[in-house]
Amino acid sequence: MIRDLHEKLINQEITSEKLTEDYFSRIEKKDSEIKAFLSLNKELALDQARSVDQKIKNGEKIDILAGIPCAIKDNICAEGLPVTAGSKILENFVSPYDATVIDKLKKSGSVFLGKTNLDEFAMGSSTENSAYQVTRNPNDAGRVAGGSSGGSVVAVAADECAWALGSDTGGSIRQPASFCGVVGLKPTYGLVSRYGLIAMASSLDQIGPITKTVEDAAIILGRITGQDSRDATTADQNKKNYEAGLTGEIKNVRIGVPKEYFASVGLDPQVRKIIEAALKKYESLGAKIVEISLPSGEFALATYYIIMPSEVSSNLARFDGIRYGQSIEKEIAIEENITLTDIYFRSRAKYLGKEVKRRIMLGTYALSAGYYDQYYLKAQKVRSLIRREFEEAFQKVDVIAGPTSPTPAFKIGEKIDNPLEMYLSDIYTVTANIAGIPAISIPVGEIENGTKQLPVGLQLSGKWFGEETLLNTAYAWEKNN
Amino acid sequence: MLTKSEVQKIASLARIEITDEEAEKYSQELSDILGFVEKLNEADTENVEPIAHITGAKNAAREDKIVEYSDETKDAIIKNFPEKKDRFDKVRAVF
Repeated sequence: MIRDLHEKLINQEITSEKLTEDYFSRIEKKDSEIKAFLSLNKELALDQARSVDQKIKNGEKIDILAGIPCAIKDNICAEGLPVTAGSKILENFVSPYDATVIDKLKKSGSVFLGKTNLDEFAMGSSTENSAYQVTRNPNDAGRVAGGSSGGSVVAVAADECAWALGSDTGGSIRQPASFCGVVGLKPTYGLVSRYGLIAMASSLDQIGPITKTVEDAAIILGRITGQDSRDATTADQNKKNYEAGLTGEIKNVRIGVPKEYFASVGLDPQVRKIIEAALKKYESLGAKIVEISLPSGEFALATYYIIMPSEVSSNLARFDGIRYGQSIEKEIAIEENITLTDIYFRSRAKYLGKEVKRRIMLGTYALSAGYYDQYYLKAQKVRSLIRREFEEAFQKVDVIAGPTSPTPAFKIGEKIDNPLEMYLSDIYTVTANIAGIPAISIPVGEIENGTKQLPVGLQLSGKWFGEETLLNTAYAWEKNN
Repeated sequence: MLTKSEVQKIASLARIEITDEEAEKYSQELSDILGFVEKLNEADTENVEPIAHITGAKNAAREDKIVEYSDETKDAIIKNFPEKKDRFDKVRAVF
């Protein structure tokens, strides 16, 4: 899709300005129902678009992303634009700087339409935890978009942008991509800089693309990777041209299927059917399907629910009503005799949401004196076990396949009062974050539900920094369907 | 099961004011989640080293150099202070 738009731009069949205006009018028409965007930056976007048009007119060479309108998850900072992270505590906050990914995309000439909705601080699996609005699934407005990158995914699925950026800590790109029928990629930990991404769980967070096609994901990935002195966890990897590796040829690619993924009682039988059919298709394309076992996978979700909240409790300590964001300060008369700690306690109580507080408290407990060894240290050891199993599995196979989520999109409100139930929808996705490996969700089928079609995603995961094989395996599906 | 007073203690460590009813609710919810993560005890981690960095990266250092920001950026940072006096972030007394 991006390549087609690029061709049209350089052949001057369409201008970026017109393209951008078209997306804005689609947003105006649709977004009041599906609620993907939290803020729009029409002026800036049209300026960016016009400057690309000017370059084309001047006969200058432009990047493939230049002039292509995209959307940004609202936990990624862009200079001069609001960034709320879906939280009231950052209402009216304007970022003074660009995230590294934004800086890179600006250099490519990307057009930023606006910022998209998310679960507060990316904590959630449905985008119902946003402090502002509930994003709706374009396939069925009564169902959730998935989360936490629900806004970005819906914006892509409903053609409100050409592509979008999301962030993925436990499945936040892939699970909504599966629910809405688009492509979502979480890169290897350390491939993309997290500088300027509002931190949730720093050892798990990664930024990645949400797109209509696998080729688009490859194009974007190649433009956002790179070592960054501002994120010490970024890896020194050679720049790769991911789209050049998309041949669709997967003869003898070994696809591992963990038997545990299909033994789970929570797996919807219709999802299972679609995934099994997709694996058959891969076999017919020449791939070798190999049964493997990842027994420690059953600990992945429990490991996640120790490591993630622990890191959350530390990262979110900065939201204290002192240096930025909403503060109780303004609401209390200056004569009133309160101290600095009162500002902390009451600002956090008032402006942080329920799920955020729940995770901060859980993490605070897990890290508190006397419990560290029992919880955090234990979880980091289990994490070693899980990584070791993946290392062994990747001796035998090139890619691992399974469902992205055990069910299709669930109904709005269905799981909101039961945090544990909500957490289970990430059971297949968290493992990639725990192990640090790349994983992609691609749409491989739909479940008929009355008059509605509910998309189902296949998750493929690859070796550390093995995005080329991973993307090509995903591309093979796309090319042959 | 976490008691209400344990929950109050956690909230106080986390610098979040919670009401009595909230403490009650959190005691149930946090206990449920802690019950779920108990599963980790079944994992045999004898002689297993904890993960330090998932892709095995070692300490990353960069030059310790001061980068001066533009006045524009400084103003943008100051603009985000909840309360200010001139160009200072104004806060309440510590005690």
